[in-house]
Amino acid sequence: MVAGQLFLFVDPHISSKSAAERLPFFRRFYPRKETLIETQRPRFDLGRLDFILIPALAGGLGLLVGALMLLALGANPLDAYAAMLQGAFGSPNAFSDTLVKAGPLLFVGIGTCIAYRCGVINIGGEGQLVMGALAATGIALTFQDAPAIFLIPAGLFAGFIGGAVWGGIAGILKVKFRVNEVLSTIMLNSIAGFIMTFLLTGPLIDPTTADNAIKIPQTQRLPIAADLWRWIPTRFHAGLILGVVIAILVYILLWRTTIGYRIRAVGFNPRASQYAGISVARYQLLAFLLSGALAGLGGAVELFGVTHRLFSDGLAHGFTGNAGFNGIVAALFGGLHPVGTIPASILFGALLVGANQLQRTIQVPSAFVVTLDGLIVVFVVASQIWAQRKKRVIER
Amino acid sequence: MVTDLFSPTVLIGILTSGVRLATSYLYAAIGETFGQISGVLNLGVEGIMLVAAYAAYYVVLKTGDLALGLLVAILVGGAMGLAMAFISVTLKAEQGISGIGVYLFGLGLSDLLYRVTVKSPQTVTGFQNISIPGLTDIPVLGPILFNQNVLVYGAFALVPVAWFVLNKTSFGLAVRAVGQNPEAADTLGISVARIRYITVTLGGALSGIAGASLSIALLNLFQQNLTSGQGFIAVALVYFGAWKPARVMLGCLLFSMVNALQLWIQVLNIPIPSDIALMMPYVLTIVALMFAARAVVTQPAALTKPFERGE
Repeated sequence: MVAGQLFLFVDPHISSKSAAERLPFFRRFYPRKETLIETQRPRFDLGRLDFILIPALAGGLGLLVGALMLLALGANPLDAYAAMLQGAFGSPNAFSDTLVKAGPLLFVGIGTCIAYRCGVINIGGEGQLVMGALAATGIALTFQDAPAIFLIPAGLFAGFIGGAVWGGIAGILKVKFRVNEVLSTIMLNSIAGFIMTFLLTGPLIDPTTADNAIKIPQTQRLPIAADLWRWIPTRFHAGLILGVVIAILVYILLWRTTIGYRIRAVGFNPRASQYAGISVARYQLLAFLLSGALAGLGGAVELFGVTHRLFSDGLAHGFTGNAGFNGIVAALFGGLHPVGTIPASILFGALLVGANQLQRTIQVPSAFVVTLDGLIVVFVVASQIWAQRKKRVIER
Repeated sequence: MVTDLFSPTVLIGILTSGVRLATSYLYAAIGETFGQISGVLNLGVEGIMLVAAYAAYYVVLKTGDLALGLLVAILVGGAMGLAMAFISVTLKAEQGISGIGVYLFGLGLSDLLYRVTVKSPQTVTGFQNISIPGLTDIPVLGPILFNQNVLVYGAFALVPVAWFVLNKTSFGLAVRAVGQNPEAADTLGISVARIRYITVTLGGALSGIAGASLSIALLNLFQQNLTSGQGFIAVALVYFGAWKPARVMLGCLLFSMVNALQLWIQVLNIPIPSDIALMMPYVLTIVALMFAARAVVTQPAALTKPFERGE
């Protein structure tokens, strides 16, 4: 136990040889086990085996309770789940819709992984998606005649920055003013929704409807040049490939670089990290900036790849469709690992698409899936105790 | 037109609606105060409010019995509070995320049940305003404070009651002890788990009334996401009010007054962007949280930390 804790003091940059270099060559590929101690797991590090077991357990329980609810609603659970599978994976179009729905969940989910690995809780995905999409809208509407080669990178970068700013505010509030990040991110979600609605009914409104008596809060169709590449006739777009690439890059960042090592060290044991000379405040802020930036990028990708115009229903979730929350669910389900978040996002994307089919064929309202999502979150978080109990047994 | 806003009738109108709109925030935030002082951050308030609001609405729609509707809302809220207590106290789950889970569950379930059982939007006859004889005739204050429905009176009566229970009773002492120093409280023979179960369940029941105050007293209808974030605001207002019922009430009034002002701005057709007005309380809350955190530490020391008995 003590040896493990001392090990954390060995910062690769302080010691002459990096922690990874001191390991035999073949073990460098599994540095997780060696560089981080097993004594004090962060709240969400779910170990190796639990990585598969907990989602399976929570998902199974969720589906089981869901089946009971379906029975209570007078629907055959097997038919209902079959309809959902059919709706989500039944045809190339259905599957591409699933992937498209998974997109924003993946971006928010990867950001969530970074934040949690650093020990901070970012519930601001909704607001960060919106701010990213707003920034990208600003670029697309300012440079309407620009070619795609400029418009797409600039718009996506603006989304990245927009989200980073919104996440950074919560980060600064936390590290400088000690404001609880759960509360500040929730407030910032609402504020982002109001800013978006204000801009969409004012400066950014579709000029052709600006003089109407009832103002529809939406922009005009963004220039075609800003559209991401699409695999016609499906809705699959290039932004999803970008999401997968980023998931891998974030994995490399977190587990193969010094910055990532420090981010995780701070999440693991902030006090020990501070003693080891790692600035906890700086890395927590960085985690917020990155986590917000990825959600913002997700907003920009959704805008350029799917909706092609920004719209609002007065709150943030008109545009996001609760992706800011569902992304957290996906990340949790993926074991708070960026690569694990990829299949988890697809799964929850499938639930969302399947829900529409459920509504069409079995007449069960799609709200059923929101309920299911909530149950699964509770089950995933609650199954932690099971993992911890097992760990305690091992320690003895 | 802006001058309309400052005419006596409109001002009284704004204040009257402000007091009325504070009701749901008050029940939810006072309930949440109990939970937070004992060390549990229940972020699921929004979800509890939604399910209870639906339950109360449905009962009143079918039976017309307001008292029964309110009772059902309290029971549903209490049951969900109990579930939250089980998750956060017994299972020691991370409270922020499990709260989001309860929120999504409530958001989905209330919408699902509404769509299955009610089909087309219908309004119900909710709690009527009761003017208190004598007091209503007081100029200005009378119509603002003493011509409201029973849930509004109850909400404001709850504030001193909560203050008394928290500060002047042995139960309140136990609640504070459990939130400040669970180890010490445990040594003294106070069951940390039992106190937290009680406060979170109570908080859930009060959130249930908060939901009912929207669906069977204020709006007299139900729709998807009826509460639109009020439960989350209530959680923040507890921080805003530094865990003191009277200050929490001021925070609730701040939010409700701005909401009322914004409604009247729309009614009077004044060209002020209402989104910016609606945003201000949120910004103000963040600013208040900045100062609250910088001031002397008043936060319950064990807030969000599950209690683990030493071996």
